[in-house]
Amino acid sequence: MQRSNIFDYKNYLYFKIAVVIILVAFAAYLIFEPAVGHYGGSFLGYGLGTISALMVLWMAWYGVRKRRYRSSGSTQGWLSAHIYLGTAMTALVTLHSGFHYGMNIHTLAYGLLLVVVASGFFGNYTYMIYPRQMSENMGEDSLDSLLMRIAEADKLARQIALVMPDDINNTVSRACRETSIGLGLIDQLRGYQPNCPSAQAVDDLTAMANELNPEQRKLHRELYTIMVRRLSLVKRARQDLMYRARLGIWLYLHVPFTIALLVAMTAHIVAVFIYW
Amino acid sequence: MRKHYNIIIIGAGPSGLSAATRAAEQSADYLLLEAASAPANTIRHYQRRKLVMAEPRALPLRSPLPFSASLRENVLETWEKIIADYKINIRYNTKVSGISRTAKHLEIQLEDGESFTADNVILAIGVQGNLRKLEIPGGDVPEVQYHLDDPDAYQNETIVVVGGGDTGVENALALTGRNQVMILNRAEDFSNLKDSNLNHLTEARQKGAIDWLLQTKPQSIERNSSGDFPITLFASTPNGIERIPCHRIIARLGALPSRPVLENFGVAFPTADAGALPMLSASYESNVPGLYIIGALAGYPLIKQGINQGYEVIEHILGNPVESADNELLREKFSSFCDDRGVDDVLVKIQKNVPLLAMLSTLQLRELVLESNIVLSEPGDYIFRRNDYSTTFFFIVEGELDVLIDDDEHPDDHLKTGEFFGEMALVSGRRRPGTVRARTKCVLIETPRRLMQKLINSVQSMRRILNEVAIKSVVQICIGLSLDEEELNDVASHAILKSFEAGEELFHEGDDADGLYLIQSGSVTVSRMIAGREVVLFYVAAGNYVGEMSLVSGEPRYATVRAAVATDAVMIKADRMREIIARNPEIRGALDTRYLQHLQDQEKREQLENAPSGGGSLTSQSTQSNLISFLIQQGVGEATDVLLIDESLCVRCNLCEDACANTHGGASRLDRDTGPIFANIRVPTSCRHCEHPHCMKDCPPDAIHRAPHGEVYIDDSCIGCGNCQQNCPYDVIQMAVIHEQPERSLWQMLLGIQPKIPDDTEGTKVAVKCDMCKDIKEGPVCVRACPVGAALRVNPEGLLGYASGTSGEVNLIGANEA
Repeated sequence: MQRSNIFDYKNYLYFKIAVVIILVAFAAYLIFEPAVGHYGGSFLGYGLGTISALMVLWMAWYGVRKRRYRSSGSTQGWLSAHIYLGTAMTALVTLHSGFHYGMNIHTLAYGLLLVVVASGFFGNYTYMIYPRQMSENMGEDSLDSLLMRIAEADKLARQIALVMPDDINNTVSRACRETSIGLGLIDQLRGYQPNCPSAQAVDDLTAMANELNPEQRKLHRELYTIMVRRLSLVKRARQDLMYRARLGIWLYLHVPFTIALLVAMTAHIVAVFIYW
Repeated sequence: MRKHYNIIIIGAGPSGLSAATRAAEQSADYLLLEAASAPANTIRHYQRRKLVMAEPRALPLRSPLPFSASLRENVLETWEKIIADYKINIRYNTKVSGISRTAKHLEIQLEDGESFTADNVILAIGVQGNLRKLEIPGGDVPEVQYHLDDPDAYQNETIVVVGGGDTGVENALALTGRNQVMILNRAEDFSNLKDSNLNHLTEARQKGAIDWLLQTKPQSIERNSSGDFPITLFASTPNGIERIPCHRIIARLGALPSRPVLENFGVAFPTADAGALPMLSASYESNVPGLYIIGALAGYPLIKQGINQGYEVIEHILGNPVESADNELLREKFSSFCDDRGVDDVLVKIQKNVPLLAMLSTLQLRELVLESNIVLSEPGDYIFRRNDYSTTFFFIVEGELDVLIDDDEHPDDHLKTGEFFGEMALVSGRRRPGTVRARTKCVLIETPRRLMQKLINSVQSMRRILNEVAIKSVVQICIGLSLDEEELNDVASHAILKSFEAGEELFHEGDDADGLYLIQSGSVTVSRMIAGREVVLFYVAAGNYVGEMSLVSGEPRYATVRAAVATDAVMIKADRMREIIARNPEIRGALDTRYLQHLQDQEKREQLENAPSGGGSLTSQSTQSNLISFLIQQGVGEATDVLLIDESLCVRCNLCEDACANTHGGASRLDRDTGPIFANIRVPTSCRHCEHPHCMKDCPPDAIHRAPHGEVYIDDSCIGCGNCQQNCPYDVIQMAVIHEQPERSLWQMLLGIQPKIPDDTEGTKVAVKCDMCKDIKEGPVCVRACPVGAALRVNPEGLLGYASGTSGEVNLIGANEA
């Protein structure tokens, strides 16, 4: 099924608009050069600044728009525009600055904008890459069903391990006890547990097969199968949590920094008009 | 004891009690006989605390027997008090074994050999009274029961449920969890079950909560003198006799059909159909003089109707003029077009004008008019438009109308007083194939599909005519040519109506061609064996035909055609079709064009299927036929609008569900996260707006409707009974409390903060399902709220066409979409 995504929405409509905006801005930048050099207070600078400020407000409005479910039109179009026009706006703001930076409120606002845009770019990247990987990883299973099957495997493995030698029993119960799945942000983002006790247990069980009597060997094979299957479930669950975390984490930069940007931008505008 | 009465009422259900109460009030000479030891036996055996409903709401109650919607317990208590207050002359535990007419009066034989005579007999025994019993040695032990009043009353027991019908299975399921339950089923499978029951049963068995034995009949029951189990059931299974020790046996063997009983009394039926109702006069008198039949037995299953009839019959017998309770309602209905005459006159006029309605008895006609709309239209008014979804049927009482089949404004056909229209939507459940517009002032009767089907089942002549007309329309619509009347009649008289279950083959690849199949309702898939496996080539919807290829070429069947959902098809025999083709060269032309088009398409598909595997694009092509099979399995074949989620785009933000919940009283009607996936396409748990919605089958307040654009929705009259939830095979209906959604502040929206939601436990639960946002101007919010365009709604023809197409070119057979 070929479906248009946020990038090629309406045959790259907003991409085309963004390109036009950037080209026009650059042309204006090259053509109208004030005598004292480019700066925000020039005729062109004010123009670019005003347009950019309005665009920032409009970009921030997307956050409201996407939750106003009764409003008309499709959110997909808004997002496509948000991405392309947001990129174009960054170029506009850069030109507006005339490349004058310093330790002041103006540059702070510019810096905040860059953080917002950069986090947005990361968001785009995750939106492009992860959905497909997520469905490949999970198939029709849900995270809940995986966790339930892990819990079942735990129960079964522990039961069998009870009648096995102590070292095996210890390994298995440690694996069941100490395996963590997406505990804490860092674990979620990286998608694995260092020295994972479950992986460790599978490795150890391979080595422990030798000293068993025939009856135990049969049980060991069963236990081993369970632990291997359990490990793959654990990995898939972690993987799923990782995708979710990465699909969501950038918003924790994108949104707060947007708020900060709005504050800084207000200060920037007020400052410019007071100290004129 | 006295032996003769003026009136004997048989059955102390709502109808019989009402009759007796009225008779007592009028000091008539009467006797009420009841087979059980208490009144209202059927209601007494409802499950504990079940709500007894009082439908239809508009119908006034006119009997001294009070009744309103209430809990089973309250209803019974009120009635018992009435029996005491009126000192009703009732005889319990009295079973009637026969009624016969003698020259002077009616004679009633009782099972114990006694007999009574009466001038008038009112039969009000309902359809549940005569339960089939377990007639095996030991079948009379107290551990065998025929009802389950309160499933919670049994704990930690081993219970055998005999009977694989819906009631048996529902009882068995209600007992699982706290008891060991086993079902004995005489049949080799549970194919007669409602889908929802079948699903729950299979699920319960997978969980180990229930067990069953098939092709098994109980043989005998023995009491155990010791041990944990009081009785042992011996059952014959295909593998010999099985011993089943248990605590209790619940036998749900169904009711004995009432027709043989009535026929035994001499009552005549209009048709041989099992669903037919006895022939009755307007005062409920059967062909046996003095024998009146009321209530469910007469075809009026609602309690209120029965109560009113009990009153009316007594009045009639006592010689008091009585208007039936619906007269006022009918008068109101008729007031808009004809208020100068009495109701009866209008009914007579209707029957005179419309021959199809003249086939109905007065009672049937009254019921039809009561449940129908009287539509008055001015010249130029549209009755319905092509591609509308509506399933009502129209009778023309007065006036003339134009039919427009194609897009131009030029009428293609014309309808006159006495004719009827809308029969195609009645059978297929699909969009209207044409537009109907009033030419003059018109008076129409618009009848709901459910009622039409009830009538078709009991009025043979009506069924014959409608079938014939339906065949003619299907021929006209499928072949798309207007044959002249004579030719059409000829085709129709030789056509055969065939019904197919989902998955059943219409014909098989390599068979000899038996004829042309016109799909009347449902849909089919066309598949071929390619490279050793079955590949689905096309999906063909109702209103099209299949089987023309071998008819044109004269070769054996080129492909296998299988019903995707339950399908009705009209088959025109091959030799008959060839004759028609010979006489009508245009048909030949149309068939040839289709034939060549098919050959081309199939060639293309086969190339793709046979292409060496390895390349990514090639594998994705061969998944297309798998995708069709997958979607058919998911029930997309009977859908009219399906929500799909492209998992390769979905960022799991859940805005679709939030948007749905937010605009629909806090309960999301879709579950993004569940549902099968194929080739990155998920069919989430969400309504598909079926052609013949399963949910609409059994809605007591008739709260589920279909809007003109196809949306199936539940209105405010939902009483929360949960029938629709049970009946939906796709699990898309849930019971939820609906509450106003608080307005969110700008700040909450920007940051995605959820406002505080009121406690879910307050308020009554009602059934909720997707209504395709029919009340929101720009359409489904789930799709519009998706920021990445992963949610899409498609109609299955478009989708299946897309999936079966090659490189994006839509390969849709006979698309008749606007």
